[in-house]
Amino acid sequence: MAEARRITAPFDDATARSLRAGEKVLITGTILAARDAAHKRMVECLDRGEKLPVDLHGQVVYYVGPTPAKPGKPIGSAGPTTAGRMDAYAPRLMDEGLKGMIGKGYRKPEVVESMKKNGVPYLAAVGGAGALIAERIKKYTVLAWPDLGPEALAEMVVEDFPAIVVIDSEGCDYYEAGQKPYRKL
Amino acid sequence: MREIPAEEITAAVARLAVEACCDLPKEMVAALEKAKAGEPSPVGRDILGQLLENAEIARREQAPICQDTGLAVVFADIGQDVHITGGDFEEAVNKGIHQGYVDGFLRKSSVEEPLFERRNTKDNTPAIIHTRIVPGDRIRLRLAPKGAGSENKSVLKMLVPADGIEGVRKVILDAIKTAGPNSCPPMVVGVGLGGNMELACLCAKRAAARDIGTRNPDARYAAFEDELLTLINKTGIGPQGLGGETTAVAVHVEWAPTHIASLPVAVNINCHAARHGEAVL
Repeated sequence: MAEARRITAPFDDATARSLRAGEKVLITGTILAARDAAHKRMVECLDRGEKLPVDLHGQVVYYVGPTPAKPGKPIGSAGPTTAGRMDAYAPRLMDEGLKGMIGKGYRKPEVVESMKKNGVPYLAAVGGAGALIAERIKKYTVLAWPDLGPEALAEMVVEDFPAIVVIDSEGCDYYEAGQKPYRKL
Repeated sequence: MREIPAEEITAAVARLAVEACCDLPKEMVAALEKAKAGEPSPVGRDILGQLLENAEIARREQAPICQDTGLAVVFADIGQDVHITGGDFEEAVNKGIHQGYVDGFLRKSSVEEPLFERRNTKDNTPAIIHTRIVPGDRIRLRLAPKGAGSENKSVLKMLVPADGIEGVRKVILDAIKTAGPNSCPPMVVGVGLGGNMELACLCAKRAAARDIGTRNPDARYAAFEDELLTLINKTGIGPQGLGGETTAVAVHVEWAPTHIASLPVAVNINCHAARHGEAVL
């Protein structure tokens, strides 16, 4: 495999748009952690005309609900969860300035349309590699809604967080391109 | 009549919960190694390598293989000559789940009610318990934590006899194609055939929780397992859905007698973190 490209988060517009489907990356910087319940609350917040607990401009959101940290560790196991469950909320957050998403699995066409409109890539981390990924997360800080437990909105400091671009901001889909050469049915 | 204290059940369940979540069964590790050696896709090989490294870190650090430490599914075969003392069986199991998940730093993924409040129970109880009364004076407990990424891709189709093996193949392949990367391939595919609606699902669940490398004792069904595995690995989905020939490492079929008018097919997919632990008391 080609060497991974090193990028920093949050993403500026040029970085977000330059990522290409199939490209392997290592992310260093700060990313957000949120999944189903935090997404629901963020959108409810916006619906009420309230300010979000965090400014989404340039932010990269990682769809994750970690296991509790053992003493002396910043976080427990922390692999990606299925991104499709956030499809109902993702376009709204991209309109608010979100610049990247990390998860696993297929996205709906309307999400891809919003990604193209907003210049946002979708990346996959290796599902189920929770212990390995945790070693690349250096700090985990809950920003809002601690009552949600593993689903709270949080911020993570990451170093060389491994991911692969699966759908880029032009809508190119590496799930399709990657599978096609091996499809024999 | 042999007496087994409820607290022994609790202790066994607590231990199994942590072991199952942190120690990938050696048969699964071997299957991933074999798949990596034969996988033609460079991306696929890279991912299989990461999964093996992950399993190694998890075992060494006693950290969960995957952050989704699942709902706790417990298969309990209770010998009819056993008398459980000092507590009731289901309470003993749930105490074990509480201890295992709270003290073992596992994730609590259970909500007490599905539709309105969805409040987290904070200790991953209740377990989903499938009990059988069997001959003998022992209790066999098999704990299989089951994550939702793969569980959400489960399928039940009530086929009719005329649909035959062709219809069964199509249901299974359609389920795998729909699941794709969402169910964290390489998968272990559990298929339940026959019975009625709920029994087909239970057969699929038992099949998904079987040890890798075991085959259906009926040669016809064992051959069907092999055939399905070959077909599934021709879909091109590959490790994590990024392309390759390792979409599944095993297909397990379990069946039950059924109605003259029915051919139920249930598919329960397990991700590569095909976890389980077993204890005999």
